[in-house]
Amino acid sequence: MALVELRNVSKIYHLGGEEIRALDDISLDIDGGEFISIIGPSGSGKSTLMHILGCLDSPSKGTIRLDDTMIEKASQRELARIRNQKIGFVFQFFNLLPKLSVLQNVELPMVYSGVSSRERRDRALEALKLVELENRAKHRPMQLSGGQQQRTAIARALVNSPKIVFADEPTGNLDSHTGEAILQLFYKLSQEGRTIALVTHDPEIAAVTPRRIEIRDGKIARNVDAKLAGAGSTPKFSVPTQN
Amino acid sequence: MNFLSAISVGLKEIWANKFRSMLTMLGIVLGVGSLVAQSALVKGLENGMKEALIAIGGLEKVYITPQAIPTWQQHRKDQAVGNTMNDIYALQRSAPLVHLVTPEMQTREVTVTRAGKAFNPWHFVGTWPAALELNQHVVEHGRMFNAVDDEEARSVCVIGTGTRDALFGSPEEIGREIIPVGEYVNINNQRFRIIGMFEHYESEMDRKAREQALERGPEPGQSGPTRKRGRTSGRGAFEWKNNTVYIPLKTMWLKFRAGAVGGGTGTGTTAGSSTTASVSASAGIDTAPDPRLSTVYFKVIDLDQMNNALQQVKNVLTHTHNGIEDFAFNTQENWSENITTAIRNARLSGGIIAAISLLVGGVGIMNIMLASITERVREIGIRKAIGATFLDVFVQILVESVVIAVIGGLAGLLASKGLVELLSLVSPTGNTPVMTVDAMLLAFGFSVCVGILAGIIPAFKAARLNPIQALRYE
Repeated sequence: MALVELRNVSKIYHLGGEEIRALDDISLDIDGGEFISIIGPSGSGKSTLMHILGCLDSPSKGTIRLDDTMIEKASQRELARIRNQKIGFVFQFFNLLPKLSVLQNVELPMVYSGVSSRERRDRALEALKLVELENRAKHRPMQLSGGQQQRTAIARALVNSPKIVFADEPTGNLDSHTGEAILQLFYKLSQEGRTIALVTHDPEIAAVTPRRIEIRDGKIARNVDAKLAGAGSTPKFSVPTQN
Repeated sequence: MNFLSAISVGLKEIWANKFRSMLTMLGIVLGVGSLVAQSALVKGLENGMKEALIAIGGLEKVYITPQAIPTWQQHRKDQAVGNTMNDIYALQRSAPLVHLVTPEMQTREVTVTRAGKAFNPWHFVGTWPAALELNQHVVEHGRMFNAVDDEEARSVCVIGTGTRDALFGSPEEIGREIIPVGEYVNINNQRFRIIGMFEHYESEMDRKAREQALERGPEPGQSGPTRKRGRTSGRGAFEWKNNTVYIPLKTMWLKFRAGAVGGGTGTGTTAGSSTTASVSASAGIDTAPDPRLSTVYFKVIDLDQMNNALQQVKNVLTHTHNGIEDFAFNTQENWSENITTAIRNARLSGGIIAAISLLVGGVGIMNIMLASITERVREIGIRKAIGATFLDVFVQILVESVVIAVIGGLAGLLASKGLVELLSLVSPTGNTPVMTVDAMLLAFGFSVCVGILAGIIPAFKAARLNPIQALRYE
């Protein structure tokens, strides 16, 4: 069974009597361990799709199953718990809390899941090690470069061992060189078996992932799976891998 | 997110906005400060009002005065005996709910003279030594007369300082205190020896004013006739005690009641309500000494048993008075109730003003919390996106508001101490304000409540934010 199952999902807004279908009857499966990208121009509905997949929003129609939980029926409280335990978010603007240190930022999801402070610290340091920032633990986000901030955000997304990580334009606010490094990090994480969904408007970034889902006008325009197509699954980076 | 970490997050947030938080707290500081300070002032006022009540013997003191015989008993008025020593002995034997039963014979229009000076004591009575304890008198110099003085009807008297001032001169006038123990005075031309003098009774305010006058020293250039500025209310109880002359009961009976001095043997009462003076008391036909007492005093042992005690006394007296109701009870309950009412009014008006200022402080907190969550919409969005529930955010904002109120409340308690000291400095002769733990707890509790109330709406608004919109918020 797939990790995420979307069946006939629609999201409909009403603006001044006009009906806007941000998502129109989308069905989609994501398996555990997949590395996919959701691609589409702005206004295509890809962000709405990510919000619904990430339990930040609920659909107007259709059903979603995430790790055997029916999302569309869940209460706000249950959704918060699912976001906390099963989903990690990486945002374009990093969204770190400026008043907290890097370590405290990474600890934050565990604060809401009631982990003891000692275990929080250990696990946060472990996550920081994964993104090679363990020596920046005491710094404030503002003292870090953009790439380092994004890596902190990735550590925060991973710290509760989520079932799936959503990254919304994770390189959109970085220069191309740093962006490449972040993509390499995602690739490495997916190689370790994590399920990752990149949301982007940039076909070049989408090219990194084996599977690409193209959204247009709230519908899935194309669903390309490199493995099924038989193409090479190793992406081509313009920057040589460092390690 | 547990409660302690919520508090530490709240403290950090307050520390991050030190100046703003301090201004916000100021409202609570002033509110709590004024609440505690006004309560301390009222408490001081209450103590001032109560000291007079205690000075005249307290709430437990009850006295029995003669009363006109009721109409339905008029036909038996020949059998009416009035208050007599029989009542005293009967009460001592048969009324265990009361104690310090004391007879008192009073004579009005008495003149005490000495060396060309004359004085009409406000309170000239013959009584038992027990009157000392009953009326809260303290003999500072000499001694009180005793049972032997009474038995032998000796011509001795114990006076208050007011009497001394009139006959010998007050310490203010002659610069030193005269202790007239051993001196002789004439009371209605009968020679009496002063054997004791009470201490000087005064209210706290008077004492402070006198001490201040002493520090200032004598006012220069005062000549000509002195100007008495009249009495102020509340002081009466103390002056009345000072202008007292006590003699033994039997002396009074033999030297002033014998031979029916006529007119002068009225059964006037102490508090000036002489309207109840019995018509038959001044008959003047009898040549035997008038055996009637002006007043019978006693104290109720237990204030909660007041009604039972009065019923008991009534039962005994009905028997000794041949069933005729020619006596009336007088208690200090009205006085006490007046004090209670006055204090309640003062407390209410002051409390309302202080409570309003505390509420204004609460509005300040709410205002700043609303501004604060508007600034932190994005932060709240991030927290919700990574798993904070409605309750987590709600508690975080609420705790912040309560922490501001708690710190403000604690600072307010300190401020109230300063405020009270400032008030004492401004009016040194006023009653000393008394800060009570009750008032402090109440004010502090109130400030915490205000913090909670002020935090609820901002916390609700923050917790209800949609995470998607919050994350998009710039």
